[in-house]
Amino acid sequence: MAEFDPKIVAFVCNWCTYAGADLTGTSRMKYSPQVSVIRFPCTGRIDFMLLLKAFAGGADGVIVSGCHPNDCHYSSGNFHARRRWIVFRGLLDFLGIDVRRVRFSWVSAAEGAKWAQLVNETVEQVRVLGPHRAYQRLRGLGVG
Amino acid sequence: MARIGVFVCHCGENISATVDVARVASEAAKIPGVVHSVDYKYMCSDPGQQLVKAAIQEKGLTGVVVAACSPRMHEPTFRRACAEAGLNPFLCEMANIREHCSWVHEKGEATTHKAIDIVRTLVAKVKKNRALQPIKVPVTKTALVLGGGIAGIQAALDIANAGHKVILVEKEPSIGGHMSQLSETFPTLDCSQCILTPRMVEVAQHPNITLHSYSELEGLDGFIGNFKARIRRKARSLDEKLCTGCGLCTQKCPLRRIPSEFDAGLGLRPAIYVPFPQAVPNKPVIDREHCTYYRTGKCRLCEKVCPTQAIRFDQPDEIVEADVGAVVVATGFDIKHADFFPEYGYGKYKDVIDGLQFERLASASGPTLGEIRRPSDGKVPETVAFIACAGSRDPAKGIEYCSKICCMYTAKHAMLYRHKVHHGRPVVFYMDIRAGGKMYEEFVRRAMEEDGVQYVRGRVSRIYERGGKLVVKGADTLLGARPVELEADLVVLATAGVAQPGAEDLAQRLHVSYDAHRFYAEAHPKLRPVETNTAGIFLAGACQAPKDIPESVAQASGAAAKVGALFSQSELVREPLIAVVDRQAPPVYSSCSGCFLCQGACPYQAIKREEIRGRDGQLIKTVAKVNPGLCQGCGTCVALCRSKSIDIQGYSHEQVYSEVLALLNRGERDG
Repeated sequence: MAEFDPKIVAFVCNWCTYAGADLTGTSRMKYSPQVSVIRFPCTGRIDFMLLLKAFAGGADGVIVSGCHPNDCHYSSGNFHARRRWIVFRGLLDFLGIDVRRVRFSWVSAAEGAKWAQLVNETVEQVRVLGPHRAYQRLRGLGVG
Repeated sequence: MARIGVFVCHCGENISATVDVARVASEAAKIPGVVHSVDYKYMCSDPGQQLVKAAIQEKGLTGVVVAACSPRMHEPTFRRACAEAGLNPFLCEMANIREHCSWVHEKGEATTHKAIDIVRTLVAKVKKNRALQPIKVPVTKTALVLGGGIAGIQAALDIANAGHKVILVEKEPSIGGHMSQLSETFPTLDCSQCILTPRMVEVAQHPNITLHSYSELEGLDGFIGNFKARIRRKARSLDEKLCTGCGLCTQKCPLRRIPSEFDAGLGLRPAIYVPFPQAVPNKPVIDREHCTYYRTGKCRLCEKVCPTQAIRFDQPDEIVEADVGAVVVATGFDIKHADFFPEYGYGKYKDVIDGLQFERLASASGPTLGEIRRPSDGKVPETVAFIACAGSRDPAKGIEYCSKICCMYTAKHAMLYRHKVHHGRPVVFYMDIRAGGKMYEEFVRRAMEEDGVQYVRGRVSRIYERGGKLVVKGADTLLGARPVELEADLVVLATAGVAQPGAEDLAQRLHVSYDAHRFYAEAHPKLRPVETNTAGIFLAGACQAPKDIPESVAQASGAAAKVGALFSQSELVREPLIAVVDRQAPPVYSSCSGCFLCQGACPYQAIKREEIRGRDGQLIKTVAKVNPGLCQGCGTCVALCRSKSIDIQGYSHEQVYSEVLALLNRGERDG
């Protein structure tokens, strides 16, 4: 059986995780190319409808990552994101999307290795879960 | 109709080694709306930028995507190039195919595919970009310097000498910091106080410097050029204007048993005290924790003897507010204290002391007036063991880093000891000697060769007492890890330099980041070493990482130069990536329903209420309004808004949704 290559969308903040992923690059650490990054000023900016949009658009998994608690460039955006995530988890389940398809993490600007690890772990996890086929149904619900 | 230009960079071979750049360019040309797509070896070079500029003018581009390195690297470069060619700079986006693609993936189909995906995503975004105008804000030309050690003093003087006002805040009763405690300084052995105290006096007398000693920063609001600082002036319990600094109160205070902070606990001080004779300001402070009056309600002797009736037992703390345009953080460091070294018996044996205590023993103004006498019985020690890397470079202790100053000051201590006790035997236990610096290696050599300091390479495992002597057990790794046992009279630990207690509290008040060891983080480790990630806040000295005096002074002058550059302009230009509330024509006026959820979420108090009134002055509705001066563009309000009435420029709903759809290969219907 040919190995399934999942498509992962990463929503990251500009100050910590984007810079952390830059550090992964400058350190020439390798990770799976199945992930693409979309940059936000802060995880607090991330509207979780975007995650549904990504799933509706055919993403197999999503990463949300920002600054560690208390390290937010804007002091509290990541707390808002965390709270939103807690509420959103329940909704994901309700929509029939496996909650394991979403990884919520903190990667600081100094944690290049952690970013590589996060991506690889997520890709592996989503690979085990298989392709996300529920999105057609989501489109039917009008989310896509 | 969008006319987008895509410029794919090889970055020498950094990108082209793993990504098929020619294919990225040809695939990009197929994206609807892309009218121009080329690849080039070095897009950031002058000819590369010329390619971009020429295409903007010849092809009439309405948007530019540069597929190259991280936007954190060259976004300003290409935005400037666009502006020079007459395109609004905010219509230029970077597609990061280097840090996020070519450097992290192996050469192959998947990597090139990913690069194409990234380009497509950014093309979709840039189509939705809007021309934005930079925001101009005024600059308050007053700097706030936190910390009155040598770094803070240097920064304050440099800024003040450039003609700007400075507010210097020091938490201790006197400025001077750790440097004022030192006996002599490496590698010249000049007396620390002799070079420092004139600077302290200069601070006190400078017309541009306002000194708040015995004060701490309560809070800082605002943004670059326009901060509002709240400073708590702790009660000294006396009227500073009346006090002449005669010192009668400190002489008469009957309580003289309090360990002196300045003497690192080796000397004693009264409850009303000046930390050291050259203190600036030379005004005493009552230590309310120990003072008999505050404990029992009796005594008040100082009040009776004061010739100017300056004592104020009921003085409250005072909060001072100040408008400042820039902040220099120079809060310094601390050293690891007792309990950290149970194996070395620190805190258990009186004659195991730390480096700062040795400085006080060797200092002419110290508790022994400069004679090296051990704390337990006051005897002159015959053999002194100096232990370098006590805590530093020790992952088991949680401190992996090198404290940087200990090799040098240990050599200095051994030297000073030898100069004062000619027949004494100094033995240094070390891991490596790190003497990088002007005249540093020569200094260590001098300690070994001229002053006969014995250096033993190996760590000390244990120290215990035997018959009035301290037995130092270690190994000599240059002699095949042969066990070494030394009977010493005094042991000096070169303990690790660590961040100040409360460093993280201050970082949170300032909105600056810090590392795993609570040292403040610079914006870039090489290229922006004195700036923090928060615009307008700069770093100087050992609050960033352990540093010696020359480095602290250099960094302080660097920070002062940055402040000077900031203050050289009367208006600051800021990126307009801020939130805006929807406003439209009547009868809707705004889709904002006025729930003000955004107001509570905003960390900068940037959201105000705005009343929309008709021509007759009648209130139509109350909606949110963003103050562009205060908004920092985090976008928390945007994600929170129920009616999507608030949007953030540069990361708008249109932009980010287009990105997601483009990344997943959909949504290219509109062209």
